[in-house]
Amino acid sequence: MKADDWRPGATMDALRARAGLMRHIRDFFHARDVLEVETPVLGRAGSSDVHLDSLCLDARTMHGDERFWLQTSPEYHMKRLLAAGSGPIFQLSRVFRDGETGRRHNIEFTLLEWYRPGFALEALIHEVAALIETVLGTTLPQVRFRRYRELFKEHFSVDPLQESPDTLVALRDHAARHAGADTTSWSCDDCCDLLMSLVIEPLLGREGLDVVMDYPASQAALARRRTDHDGAMVAARFEVYLEGIELANGFDELTDADEQQARFEKDNRMRRELGKPPVDADQQLIAALRTGMPQGCGVALGVDRLIMLTLGLEDIDSAMAFGTARC
Amino acid sequence: MASYSTNEFKGGLKVMLDGDPCNIVENEFVKPGKGQAFNRVKLRNLMTGRTWERTFKSGESLEAADVLDIDMEYLYNDGEMWHFMRTDGSFEQFAADKKAVGDTSKWLKEQVVYTITLWNDNPISVTPPNFIELEVIETDPGLKGDTAQGGSKPATLSTGATVRVPLFINQGETLRVDTRTGEYVSRA
Repeated sequence: MKADDWRPGATMDALRARAGLMRHIRDFFHARDVLEVETPVLGRAGSSDVHLDSLCLDARTMHGDERFWLQTSPEYHMKRLLAAGSGPIFQLSRVFRDGETGRRHNIEFTLLEWYRPGFALEALIHEVAALIETVLGTTLPQVRFRRYRELFKEHFSVDPLQESPDTLVALRDHAARHAGADTTSWSCDDCCDLLMSLVIEPLLGREGLDVVMDYPASQAALARRRTDHDGAMVAARFEVYLEGIELANGFDELTDADEQQARFEKDNRMRRELGKPPVDADQQLIAALRTGMPQGCGVALGVDRLIMLTLGLEDIDSAMAFGTARC
Repeated sequence: MASYSTNEFKGGLKVMLDGDPCNIVENEFVKPGKGQAFNRVKLRNLMTGRTWERTFKSGESLEAADVLDIDMEYLYNDGEMWHFMRTDGSFEQFAADKKAVGDTSKWLKEQVVYTITLWNDNPISVTPPNFIELEVIETDPGLKGDTAQGGSKPATLSTGATVRVPLFINQGETLRVDTRTGEYVSRA
């Protein structure tokens, strides 16, 4: 511990700005008749996402000792509310992701997540842009839609959706050059993730909001899959970038219980391959989807990063009172 | 040998990469919205002094390098190797070759303490103290009274190093020199 670690990472001005931003967010949704909800931070089910590591703990309950998961996002619980007929809902919640610490990552952070039954992706993207404009207090010069495959064609002359041995060779080659590492065993998604994070992302959102769409179907997570206008299978998913920072991630939500069950199983197969512990499928979510969750879109936005952007901060630690290094 | 996972990477950690010991300079965590996380790492190769940038998948690990920085007093040169002795009272001696000593050879003075970097108990680099006091063995005669104006001249020091010194410096004087820049600081 350093002598100064007892102090907050954020200035008092930054904390005041943070409080104001939270108020703006709540006002924004109240004005649009979106209900604020609170769901558990501690759940019996964890995210099965291959690239998310949950924190677990044991607690004594009415059933004896039980294993609980600190939620990596309030997604499962909020979807259960949607299936129970909540209508549009939003939540400002604390979420936890093990191992994620850095200039833009803190193990515990604040996520704004909201769901819009009946909305198409484009309508939700416009709402995200409106929220960002409200919070920043400025008008964004533009909101650009960028297709994932077009970005790769532009930067690397490779179409990542064109599945072929040549594509994989080319992607590994670019990834090796940018990573300076041995990428011979890397998958297509590994290479795409690396090139996206290291090369493309820093250039996005420099003249307004860039919204990346039509992700590879393999990166669908909990989004529906659809056919893009070139006939390729893509994930109905978007990510929002501002000033080179990834701010939000939205889905046209998967509502099919069988498909959800299949994705849980696929995640766990991949987790085993990577030597990660499997995560039991959330049967309560499956049951909720069986009952019927209204079709619609949802999005999660990193509040701490929005504060970084509002105040021009370089480090997430200075956007919160006590980041992981000081907690 | 122990190994370190990317989440343990931090400045100063010594790891093996491509067969060479390296010092981690910087470690940045990056992750796309959904997907594989990476650690973008800057490392200095301790054998060549070159800086490398490598990206690892988060969770990958590197073998620890058995590297130690130890204070040692310079003893003598036998024509091929430079000999140093630990200052902890053990009198343990180590011999460093030309590759390990490198440019530091021009700052080597007996009884001065240097930092010797050992890898698997072999010296791989020798770092001089930031400031060292050395005698001038050759320079043009000093200009009397000229202590204020600028102007400089070369002077050869007892270790063989050549530094620019003010015009008033004479042969036989002891000077304080900054080994990082190779610049004259003051009369000692």
